[in-house]
Amino acid sequence: MSVAAQYALSRAISGRARDVLKGRTLLAVMAIAFGVALGYAVHVINQSAVRELASGVALLSGAADLEVRGPREGFDEHLYPVLARDRDVQDASPVVEVDAKLAGARATLQVIGVDVFRARSITPALVGRGDDALDTLRPDAIFLTRAAARGLGVEPGQSLHLQAGLQVATLRVAGYVGDDGDRQYAVMDIAAVQDRFARDGRVTRVDLRLAPGVDRAAVARRLQASLPAGVHVAPPATTADAVTRFSRAYRVNLDVLALVALFTGAMLVYATQTLAVARRRTQFALLRTLGLSSRRLVAGVLGEAIVLGIVGAIVGLVAGYALALLALQRFGPDLGAGYFEPGAVRPSVDAWSILAFALLGVLAAVVGSLLPALDASHAAPAAALKAADADVVVPARSRPLAWIGLGAGAAMAFLPAVNELPIFGYLAIALILLGGILALPTLARALLHALPVPRHVPAALALSHLRATPGRFASMLAAVVASVALMSAMAIMVDSFRDSLDAWLRVMLPADIYVRTAGDTAFLSVADQQAISALPGVAHAEFMRATTISLDPARPPVVLLARDIDAHDASARLALVGASMVPRVDAPPPAWISEAVADAAHLRPGDTLTLPIAGRDVAFTVAGIWRDYARQQGSIVIERKRYAASSGDATVNEAALWLAQDARAGAVRNALLAYAGTGRLQVTTPGELRRLSLATFDRTFAVTYALEAAAVVIGLAGLSAALVAQTLARRREFGMLRHVGMPRRAIGRMLAIEGALLAATGVIVGFVLGFAISLILIHVVNRQSFHWGMDLHVPWPSLAALGAVLIVLAAATARLASNHATGQDAVRAVRDDW
Amino acid sequence: MVELRGIGKSFGRPVPRRVLHDVSLHVDRGERIAIVGASGVGKSTLLNVVAGLETVDEGHVIIDGHDLATLDDERKATLRRERLGFVFQAFHILPYLTVAQNVALPLALLGRRNAEADTRVHAMLASVGLADRAHGAPSELSGGELQRVAIARALVHRPALVLADEPTGNLDPDTARTVVATMHDAIGESGASLVLVTHSHTAAASADRVYRLTPSGLVLDRG
Repeated sequence: MSVAAQYALSRAISGRARDVLKGRTLLAVMAIAFGVALGYAVHVINQSAVRELASGVALLSGAADLEVRGPREGFDEHLYPVLARDRDVQDASPVVEVDAKLAGARATLQVIGVDVFRARSITPALVGRGDDALDTLRPDAIFLTRAAARGLGVEPGQSLHLQAGLQVATLRVAGYVGDDGDRQYAVMDIAAVQDRFARDGRVTRVDLRLAPGVDRAAVARRLQASLPAGVHVAPPATTADAVTRFSRAYRVNLDVLALVALFTGAMLVYATQTLAVARRRTQFALLRTLGLSSRRLVAGVLGEAIVLGIVGAIVGLVAGYALALLALQRFGPDLGAGYFEPGAVRPSVDAWSILAFALLGVLAAVVGSLLPALDASHAAPAAALKAADADVVVPARSRPLAWIGLGAGAAMAFLPAVNELPIFGYLAIALILLGGILALPTLARALLHALPVPRHVPAALALSHLRATPGRFASMLAAVVASVALMSAMAIMVDSFRDSLDAWLRVMLPADIYVRTAGDTAFLSVADQQAISALPGVAHAEFMRATTISLDPARPPVVLLARDIDAHDASARLALVGASMVPRVDAPPPAWISEAVADAAHLRPGDTLTLPIAGRDVAFTVAGIWRDYARQQGSIVIERKRYAASSGDATVNEAALWLAQDARAGAVRNALLAYAGTGRLQVTTPGELRRLSLATFDRTFAVTYALEAAAVVIGLAGLSAALVAQTLARRREFGMLRHVGMPRRAIGRMLAIEGALLAATGVIVGFVLGFAISLILIHVVNRQSFHWGMDLHVPWPSLAALGAVLIVLAAATARLASNHATGQDAVRAVRDDW
Repeated sequence: MVELRGIGKSFGRPVPRRVLHDVSLHVDRGERIAIVGASGVGKSTLLNVVAGLETVDEGHVIIDGHDLATLDDERKATLRRERLGFVFQAFHILPYLTVAQNVALPLALLGRRNAEADTRVHAMLASVGLADRAHGAPSELSGGELQRVAIARALVHRPALVLADEPTGNLDPDTARTVVATMHDAIGESGASLVLVTHSHTAAASADRVYRLTPSGLVLDRG
């Protein structure tokens, strides 16, 4: 390369680098920063949540090598001495865990009952500290973590009121337990918990410390063989994994959503660099003529992208950390989705994550610049010198790549989940989006050629200009198409979900009043059930016992719902999907499983299902599959009479009441509260539950909406910037049109029509891609992530409004830009030498 | 057809640079005049003044009996549309229209988009020797051919006055001669007046009168 060419290149690139913080380039930097910020913030939040959960499990399981865990109701405490005497067990510590309802409040407190002598060696964090050491054995004493004491507003020496059944248990705060962290729990003597909270003879967990040198896995396998049904032995880490697995799909979805923002940023870089390369076509051609190699030219353009990426990544990482800090403080580690207990969580930061997201930002910028860089290097210098305003070249290979992307994306949508994550679903979305963007020139050409040429001259010129420049057109639209596609896909998915949830709530809430007790410690006895059924105004009552059972220690426990239900008319109480059946008389009794259980256990109606109830395996026939939006971990409905017969437990924690013809809900509510005492029961109507559920739904999806709306704003800003730049670059053309008598207003109309046509094409292509992506979100991603089935519902008015706003804004931007581009400068621009 | 009386025009701030000073000119219907002069002396500005695209600081511009000072932008645009034709040095052919569509542009702006207009477009293309390129793209044409398209576009709507700004500036001498001949033939057939700004003596030679634009005004070179 000649010295002159090297000098020119360095000037061209350094000049561009100096321009990094100007105009459209600033927008591209901001887009990268936005993507990196969101991605990094979500990653920090997720990591913080997982670390918090893992450390919580580690603290509460102490030095245990293995844990023997049973269902929420617990298992026979006689198993404890058997385990403690095992030849490989050095120490064993029995534990009873309950979520105790706070009297007069809806909240619960985790209360852990321990044998202080056993716990001291295995789980010292569960040993209370007070003025009197004997308090750890006293039945009225309770020890709180400092965070729990702060949260409840009590101090040692004061009383704490918890609900047991419909009665109130008053306990004395005897001191503190645990560290000074933010975890909230309480510890009591194990016998006191069993006695006060109806857990007589039952434990929920036994922590085991094994003899030195034994094979932990072998001991676990041997012990498991002797354990009753529903009781599992596993290392504490397995419990932590099961807990974090519950929220994993949600966290991965958030991660993907954040990466979408980065993808939109890459599209914006693509648009910016494509137009910048097109604008400098003659400059590059001159450099090539002076001896610059095409490889150096590509390196130069990619160098610009790296500068954009580095600046964007630095800004994004700082903003992302601030965002994570704010989100953790205001919404908690699940951003309000309800997966984790509320409480302060500190952001988790590590150097590898910072490096990874910085590289992602740079990579997005480089990927966005690659095609324009190759375009610049492939342009024939002589032709480029002559045709400075030629269209952006669409690489010949992009068309087959587009169809391959779309085809491969469609095919991947049919592939199963990988490790219970919709990896192929995400890939399908990415490929469809990429394929759609690569197909934009072809799609745009087809759409524009389908339009008749209007008689109106500005419109005819606008259409002719767009038809003749599909490459430029497509590069300007890439970011808008990506963001509109993702926004519309999310809108369709969320609307389908909301509509399905609403329909589900109508089926699932047929009664007039719902009554429930909170936590594990509050319940309705048989006498309570009879009294409630006999209350004035109550025509009919159905009761339900909700508990959890573990089908697999590596997975979150499944909710078992033992309820009053007519096996011949289950659809009156459950939102059944697909075929259902009534088991033969000689077959095991019916169970209706949720979609999550059906997916996880690969069960269909007619199959036999074995459930561990009260330490025994009980067989059931799968009578139907139902939709359950309330319990993502899966749920199984069985008849209450069968549960009571198998477990001996006739207590319930929920009731559905149908009112007599003339009865009033308010009067029955008052009667219920009078019977149980204020604050001991939650009494709600279906309307209140529906409003609460939909409000929770809207709050959960507010974050995703905000992310997508931001992506659309970035895309639109990119389109607007590109329109302004294009308009200014066409001043000579407008000067000529003014010479031949076209009024400035008419030129403005022409540009507004171009802007509108451009945006309309982006909106149409975006909506088509968005619809395809929404089908994948509904039938693949949601189904494989959360096991939620839903019916398609397209929010036409919202989408139409979104499309109209984008078209009007694009037209207005182009029209405004025309004011600058059609003035006296344009008249003079027809000639350089005047 | 064209009457310029004591035109003065300055550009720039805070210290204005005088570009035109006391320029007067009279062009009769069908008359062809050429204006020559050094680069930067204001020849193109003078054409823009005649077209009503630049306002003047002093003097009056009267086109076809209309004093431009009395016309608003819309009326001036109408005057250009109906009565004027332009030929530029850099051709300014819209790359996204076909050759015929480029030529038809002035007719389209006048609302004439019928069979008669099509006939007129093809007749104009035939008169500049490009009948067979009507549906081609401008990118397929040479510089000389592009300028012939521009000439056809300037005359297609039968203007009373053609303003040509260095029409041979981007062409080789042989092509320039052909283009000038084509332009004069076409203008001769239409009966329009011509104001030609040029550096080229060849282009100026065929004019009825030649003026030289100087910083102190317009001087008749050859009458």
